[in-house]
Amino acid sequence: MKYKSQKVAYWFFALSMLLFGLQIIYGFIMGFAHAGFDGLHAAIPFNTARAVHTNLLVVWLLSGFMGAAYYIIPEEAQRELVSVKLAYVQLISLAIVGVIAIVGYHFNYWEGRKFLEIPRSLDYLVVVNVLLFLGLILVTLFKGKRRTTTALVLSMGLLFAALLYLSGMLPFDSQVKDSFFRWWVVHLWVEGVWELIMGGILSFLLIKLTGVDREVIEKWLYVIVGLTFLSGVLGTGHHYYYIGVNKIWLIVGGIFSALEPLAFLAMALFAVNMYRKGEKKHPNKLALYWTLGAAIVSFIGAGLLGFAHTLPQTNLYTHGTLVTAMHGHLAFWGAYAMIVLAIISYSLPNMTGRKLYESTRGRMAFWMSNIGMIGMTVAFGVAGVVQVYLERKLKMEFMEVQKQTEIHFVVLIICATLFMIGIILYFIDFYKHGKPTNEALEVQPT
Amino acid sequence: MLSKKQARAFFLGGTVVTFLIFIGLTIYSFSKSQDQSNDENITEAVVRGKKLWEDNNCMGCHTILGEGAYYAPELTKVIERRGEGYIKAVLTTPVDWAPNGRKMVAYGFTAEEAADLIAFFDWIDDIDLNGFDTVVSPLAKGEN
Ligand code: HEM
Ligand code: HEM
Ligand SMILES: [Fe+2]
Repeated sequence: MKYKSQKVAYWFFALSMLLFGLQIIYGFIMGFAHAGFDGLHAAIPFNTARAVHTNLLVVWLLSGFMGAAYYIIPEEAQRELVSVKLAYVQLISLAIVGVIAIVGYHFNYWEGRKFLEIPRSLDYLVVVNVLLFLGLILVTLFKGKRRTTTALVLSMGLLFAALLYLSGMLPFDSQVKDSFFRWWVVHLWVEGVWELIMGGILSFLLIKLTGVDREVIEKWLYVIVGLTFLSGVLGTGHHYYYIGVNKIWLIVGGIFSALEPLAFLAMALFAVNMYRKGEKKHPNKLALYWTLGAAIVSFIGAGLLGFAHTLPQTNLYTHGTLVTAMHGHLAFWGAYAMIVLAIISYSLPNMTGRKLYESTRGRMAFWMSNIGMIGMTVAFGVAGVVQVYLERKLKMEFMEVQKQTEIHFVVLIICATLFMIGIILYFIDFYKHGKPTNEALEVQPT
Repeated sequence: MLSKKQARAFFLGGTVVTFLIFIGLTIYSFSKSQDQSNDENITEAVVRGKKLWEDNNCMGCHTILGEGAYYAPELTKVIERRGEGYIKAVLTTPVDWAPNGRKMVAYGFTAEEAADLIAFFDWIDDIDLNGFDTVVSPLAKGEN
């Protein structure tokens, strides 16, 4: 750690891990319900569990991204954060808005719009919170000694994410238009601006971990985010095939979304090549595992499994089935969960001064969570293919088909348990690092 | 070899061009002559139905237009599949609806509320879905 104010990041990461733990619990509630055990139905019906599960996911990832920005921006801009006090205000208000939203979901206080269930009245608080965050980051960057490409791409991703959120707040009477603009948030986040955030964090980590020249890494960063937008913006069309808009999207969405895996492929090749090329190997092996892991698993989950159902001819049958859930899990895990876990693994020893760079526990956390998640993906995938075939091809009744898929959810629960043990090990590692301290300041930047 | 400056130009250029095309296509697909979203038939009852749909997060279990959760049936074309009477019974019953073991929340809607939701489903059913309706409704089987 080079600047005292970077310590704020620790608390964003801690909040992030807390919410991640809760997210998993609600995942289990839904897994059991799908397997036929819905004992909690009266207290926590499926729609509550689902809104909580997916919103906690988004909030813990955002908290992780914010922590990453508070850690990375001072170091890149070579100055302290403009105001540490306001950063804590932002942290606490983020936590409060998050808690109100999550509690509200248990009392019918929501808007049933997938992934954007936060009611409009709370949306305004979200906007204020994010403005404060962006203000702190952008002013720090602007006043800094240098503005690196890494810092610019990261900040640009965060800024665009905030702007796109606004399109999800537009009111519509038509379900079609509502859905159309909901994708400006959901799709353009995960297959657009969040990739900038991921790219920025990845590039920062690669510079630190491999020692490859910044100029080389940042040049490829531009190529990657260029590919992202080139394919991802018009790729939004893959959500417009069958929701009641013009057929033009079948062609445009089909072609451009089929190109989206290129950006993820480029990211994976980039990370692996920089690692190979690097002369100076940083001792933090765990951070390297998570960094390379994110680049590779995101290509599988988002690139390959996304491609599997993105052509209109396939999507006609898989649209809105468990096949989508299969892809959603591995994509979110590989691209965004793992990159947050990577920046935490890298920065935690630097903020706390405890250099726990390599441990059996840390490696077990990595392997168990990844193997567990891949197992879950397979379970969702098998259930999804069964569903598509029986329901959409053979035209069997929905609930008859669901009975057939219960067994796959038993498998899912077993794999999820392995996943959870891995995550608990990660949490233990996090805890063992202790609190951030000024004693961890490096005198001479390396 | 590609320089950093060229890489940046590729990023900025690609972004601006695709974004402009995206906006253009959005305007095009909602223009009067191209619109197929059944916009002209939205009544007050449909709007009230949509509000009930959102306020109760029905999408947290069901899909509609293929969007939502995978715990309960797709509701596009549900009226065609089940008939209004059946749907009204599901919506107004004060006990959990669970004909196949899996429970739906007992909303106990009033007759007016049920009518609004049915108007909403009815409106959904007349949207031109580029063929998706034939996949989700067994009644539409063979029409294609
Ligand atoms: C990290 C990047 C990605 C993440 C986190 C992600 C996540 C998701 C999620 C959560 C959904 C469900 C959305 C909903 O129904 O509301 C979804 C849908 C979809 N994704 Fe991705 N995705 C990513 C990248 C991709 C890529 C690169 C492709 C294509 C090559 C792709 C293709 C699709 C398609 C076609 C659907 C629609 C499925 C349907 O019709 O039900 N995704 N994605
Ligand atoms: C113990 C672990 C987990 C279990 C048992 C679990 C289970 C589930 C279940 C049953 C659903 C609902 C599917 C439906 O609507 O019927 C779901 C949705 C979802 N979960 Fe998980 N989950 C777990 C962990 C995770 C993690 C770690 C992530 C992200 C990295 C994640 C991301 C998602 C997403 C994005 C959706 C929405 C998918 C869609 O609508 O297509 N889950 N999860
Ligand atoms: Fe998408």
